[in-house]
Amino acid sequence: MRDGITNILVVGIGGQGVMTAAEMLARTAISQGYDVKKTEVAGMAQRGGVVSSHVRFGPKVYSPQIDAGEADLLIGFEAAEALRWLPHLRPTGVAMVNTLRIAPPVVSAGLYAYPADPIGELAATGIEVHAFDAGAIAEELGNTKLVNTIMLGAISDHLPFPAEVLKANIVEGFRAYKPKLAEVNAQAFDAGREAGHVKAVSRQLTA
Amino acid sequence: MNAVVHAKAESRHLLSGNEAVARAAWEAGVRVAAAYPGTPATEILENIALYPNIYSEWSVNEKVAVEVAIGASLAGSRALAAMKHVGMNVASDAFMTQSLAGVVGGLVIVVADDVGLSSSQNEQDSRYWGRFGHMPILEPADSQEAYDLVKRAFDLSEAHETPVIVRMTTRVCHVKAMVVLESERLERPTPGFQKNPQRWVMTPANAKPRLPIMHERDRALRDASEASDLNVVSAGGDRRIGFITSGPTFMHVRETFPDAPVLKLGFSHPAPLDKIRAFASQVDTLVVVEETEPLLETEIRAAGLEVHGKTILPRFGELAPSVLRPAIKALLGEAHEAASRSRADLFPRPPTMCASCPHLGPYFALSHIRNLNIIGDIGCYTLGAGHPWNALDTCISMGASLSMAHGMDKGRGDSDEKKSIVAVIGDSTFLHMGMQGLLNMIYNRGNVTVLLLDNRSVGMTGGQENPGTGQDLHGLPAPRVDFAKLAEALGVRPERIRMVDPYELPTMVKLVREETKMEEPSVIITNRPCSLTDRFERLRAYTVLDDQCTGCGNCIDLGCPAISVARRETVTAKSGKTKELVFAQIDPNTCTGCHMCVETCAPDAIVQPEPQNRVIRIHAHA
Repeated sequence: MRDGITNILVVGIGGQGVMTAAEMLARTAISQGYDVKKTEVAGMAQRGGVVSSHVRFGPKVYSPQIDAGEADLLIGFEAAEALRWLPHLRPTGVAMVNTLRIAPPVVSAGLYAYPADPIGELAATGIEVHAFDAGAIAEELGNTKLVNTIMLGAISDHLPFPAEVLKANIVEGFRAYKPKLAEVNAQAFDAGREAGHVKAVSRQLTA
Repeated sequence: MNAVVHAKAESRHLLSGNEAVARAAWEAGVRVAAAYPGTPATEILENIALYPNIYSEWSVNEKVAVEVAIGASLAGSRALAAMKHVGMNVASDAFMTQSLAGVVGGLVIVVADDVGLSSSQNEQDSRYWGRFGHMPILEPADSQEAYDLVKRAFDLSEAHETPVIVRMTTRVCHVKAMVVLESERLERPTPGFQKNPQRWVMTPANAKPRLPIMHERDRALRDASEASDLNVVSAGGDRRIGFITSGPTFMHVRETFPDAPVLKLGFSHPAPLDKIRAFASQVDTLVVVEETEPLLETEIRAAGLEVHGKTILPRFGELAPSVLRPAIKALLGEAHEAASRSRADLFPRPPTMCASCPHLGPYFALSHIRNLNIIGDIGCYTLGAGHPWNALDTCISMGASLSMAHGMDKGRGDSDEKKSIVAVIGDSTFLHMGMQGLLNMIYNRGNVTVLLLDNRSVGMTGGQENPGTGQDLHGLPAPRVDFAKLAEALGVRPERIRMVDPYELPTMVKLVREETKMEEPSVIITNRPCSLTDRFERLRAYTVLDDQCTGCGNCIDLGCPAISVARRETVTAKSGKTKELVFAQIDPNTCTGCHMCVETCAPDAIVQPEPQNRVIRIHAHA
């Protein structure tokens, strides 16, 4: 983190909850007294397109955009999207990746290929990458929409504020607007936090 | 989103630029606000609609929105119109003359330029309109400034009796940043319309005396810009380069070169040339960083100052740190190591239509009929130009499809001899500007088959209301236009107005075939709602019975994102010919049960399974 600024890149596909997760991080950072900027690079696709959300916070934030090689943390909601955005991460950064693979119609149609082993390619970079199946955890908890809370839980021990603060903000948000989902999101956060402690794939490779 | 509506002064909030504009409008005592949806400006009116004591509406187009705001201003109310950059082209006829006549209640036009074309057909610099129409321009750099400057814009508008343009960009509209609220709403007296034909009836005789008044106003505005605290030097010790910025480029410059002095122009037109001259004398080299045209640069150079700008920076697109750094390093003669930006070799994810999208049916039909020139329009259905439909041949501006198709019909060339001309347009675009094209085509005895894709929403911008949806900006019931009656009133023969369920593919194909063969204009109107709106009813997902699927691939040609290739097989027929079979699968999470694909499946391999009480599994294989 340079100049006390934390740069977090959240990437995935439209409809996965990427922007909601980024918003949650931004709101929590504000509650901790930071200056915050959050911006999206989302094409015109409401569904199916690449979404990358930049969250920057610190004592004073000017540009909302995270430059290539400047991200401290990368949260990848989909394996190939994590691979696409990995060059945005600092060599000392940390990536938290959902192993889910979603191939777009152009791949299905045979016009392009989906990488055979995106997690392996991530590992080969030598950057600290933690990968796990967030979809399976969401399924166990009974709601596939929990993936974004799981991913936030997974990254929560790498933030400059306590994981509990982020968790409390998420749960309170649900308590206010969708109280029935508050408890399961709390569970999802904890399960994600646990899953995020999985050994880094890159370290496994070099060990 | 709603919390800030009730927020007190001095509270801190995470707001987008658009949300900040809405709060500022409310505080400034705005009484009338109007807009037509357009990315990245759409959320301005959506948020204004949440505040009390402001009349707000979705107007049918941007010209109407500005005229509504002008009317309110003449009654003495503060009024605001919002639009995306291309909306200014539509609205310009109204504001170009109103600028000459002037305003009574503060009149502010908020325009959002889509720098970098994230969701637009071109990249325009709306700051030209300030020069063209003699209107001052304020340019916020982030949400806090959007909030501050909109309030200042109303004061400026009333002080100089001029419309004021607040120029935003995507990177201000959609960035969320901290805003500290200053006050709450200030109600202002509204005197009512004071009749004054010499002022408000812009005949040549009345307009001519306004010209010197407008030019005098320009001079007064230049003085105001010189004196304004919105044009301010942000100090820096490294005087090798002094930057002049307008709008969000200030943030990029400050981020990239924290030690350089910056003259930040928040009140960027008329440019404060004396202030710029004084700043230039304090630095070695002057660099203007502006998105996207070299407007300030040209004016500064014309004032006799040596300046860099688009001479060293890209001519288009955002001037983010990653763009500024190499250009400025090169100017300073310093080395720069470029970081790799992203994995360019990875597959793209082009935008696609949604599962159950009612546009899938018409495009399935269009892609299966030969000898058509398909003239398109602005909306989600523009995606019909892409894979797998490849069934849209043009797209330029809102409503252009019908009039361009008419022109192509009248100007047929050799290769068009046996072709039918089709225009494809959505409900909202038709009402925005398309219906004039239909009227014109009928009046001039043209022959075009019009596909009016009525999905009861402004789809691409997020499902806003329009006069065809039966609801207004506030979600309240509103009179709903009858498209069939409207087409008939414009002169289409009732026999040639065909209503169709776009999910019924055989009917859809048959109707388009029939109507394109007619020697007179037809209008085919589809009647299913956008699948992302509340009007759409989601049904149980379908599935492919693998042992029944023959690999014909017809369902895949539909272009539904829920359907994908399960596997491919190459088979050799008795004749020795080889053929590739494509077996399909349906993602149960994406499928919304519209049954369109069932219509493409001869062996009945696509079925709706019995409901089961189990969690639907996401495909997850590491």
